[in-house]
Amino acid sequence: MRQRGPHHLLSMADLDRDGIEQLLNLTESFAEVGERPIPKVPALRGKTVAWLFYEDSTRTRLSFETAAKRLSADTMNFSVSSSSVNKGESLRDTIETISAMGIDGIVVRHSAAGVPQQVTQWTEASVINAGDGWHQHPTQCLLDLFTARTHFGDLEGRRITIVGDIRHSRVARSNALGFATMGAKVTLVAPPSLLPSSLEGWPVAVCHNLDEALEDTDICYLLRMQLERQKQAVVPSLREFHNEYGLTVARADRLRSDALIMHPGPMNRGVEIAGEVAERPQAVIGEQVANGVSVRMAVLFLLLGSGLDVVDNNRIAA
Amino acid sequence: MSADDVSRAVRRMAHEILERNHGADQVMVVGMQTGGVALAQAIAEAIENIEGTGVPVGTLDATMHRDDFGLRPVVPEAVTDIPVDPSGRVVVIVDDVLFTGRTVRAAMDAIHSYGRPQAIQLAVMVDRGHRELPIRPDYVGKNLPTRIDEIVDVNDEGVDLGEMA
Repeated sequence: MRQRGPHHLLSMADLDRDGIEQLLNLTESFAEVGERPIPKVPALRGKTVAWLFYEDSTRTRLSFETAAKRLSADTMNFSVSSSSVNKGESLRDTIETISAMGIDGIVVRHSAAGVPQQVTQWTEASVINAGDGWHQHPTQCLLDLFTARTHFGDLEGRRITIVGDIRHSRVARSNALGFATMGAKVTLVAPPSLLPSSLEGWPVAVCHNLDEALEDTDICYLLRMQLERQKQAVVPSLREFHNEYGLTVARADRLRSDALIMHPGPMNRGVEIAGEVAERPQAVIGEQVANGVSVRMAVLFLLLGSGLDVVDNNRIAA
Repeated sequence: MSADDVSRAVRRMAHEILERNHGADQVMVVGMQTGGVALAQAIAEAIENIEGTGVPVGTLDATMHRDDFGLRPVVPEAVTDIPVDPSGRVVVIVDDVLFTGRTVRAAMDAIHSYGRPQAIQLAVMVDRGHRELPIRPDYVGKNLPTRIDEIVDVNDEGVDLGEMA
């Protein structure tokens, strides 16, 4: 590891296996902080982080906010609906303006892929991608890896089946890459209309039959059906989607007893997952949310506080 | 210091801890990651041999409470484990080498996020001097005058003094 200046977390492609391992090990330390009677450490005292969410978010934003506060960083909230963006200020001007106020980190969510990468050119601050279009959502992937690791230990050779709307999912892209980097076998299951037009370069197998794919899987990872896209008629009906590609009660019964059910939230009960299945002990969706805070503490600390470099930004995101 | 000297010092420090605190009732031993962990374990075992009852043993990584962020790379090396509420107890912080005192300052802050101890005491195998903060140890294995550019290595074979690379 070498010392360096401001660095960024834009894509899971920025991290190699060692970097991910190191980040997950560090996450253990921050998870412990969360269990203290006073869950706050002064590690990022005097640092300021700005949230730049151009797209709706509940859990990611609150999770980052909690993480920053547990590290004693100051946070700057930026709500697009009540800001100068409404007066037509460009993204670049917005970034340059808040950078001029002196900030150390910017957490960006945007509906267009590649925006976080662009933002790095307009600021000296570290940039963290909190989801850009259909491209990447690296902290979601890291919290999923951490959750899987707490149950299985080493992920080498483990099977993860990612089901649902792959095409419009940045979580699917990040997780396919992240789990494959850790040595897991990734299988995607979706109707052809919900797969990307090309899977070239994806380290995955594809299957169109969910029952077949779930036979020996360790993790059944369900994606949110993006209902707002339903008007584009990507699937004939939600009921049919649920029967063909949803985790129904019958399918959940056939899962191995130690298999995990994961979902990045927010869930559409009765679409990608049967309402009752989400309440089973195998469904670790609440754990994922809790781990999200610890993982984001580790990311914020590494980028803003540690003086270490585990993120290789010389590699361009896939 | 040979390995035998170190184990004699451990037994003596255990006796001193018991004498000072009138027994082991409220005592809790916390080893600093990573150099103080084995020593804390050894002191706790010595206390148990003398008193016949064990004391809680914890480990602490105070990295996130340090004051030198930005001056050098810092990351936690291990997960902290404080097994019981330190409130009302005498917490004995244990480390292999006491140097500037900054790690101990960070450790005292860290312990307060778990509770309010009745007292915090400090046990070290080697006090090498060069303090930068008003901190002094309560129990010392050996006072070892050093130059500031020397390195003190405490390991299974005992204590060695070396030149900084």
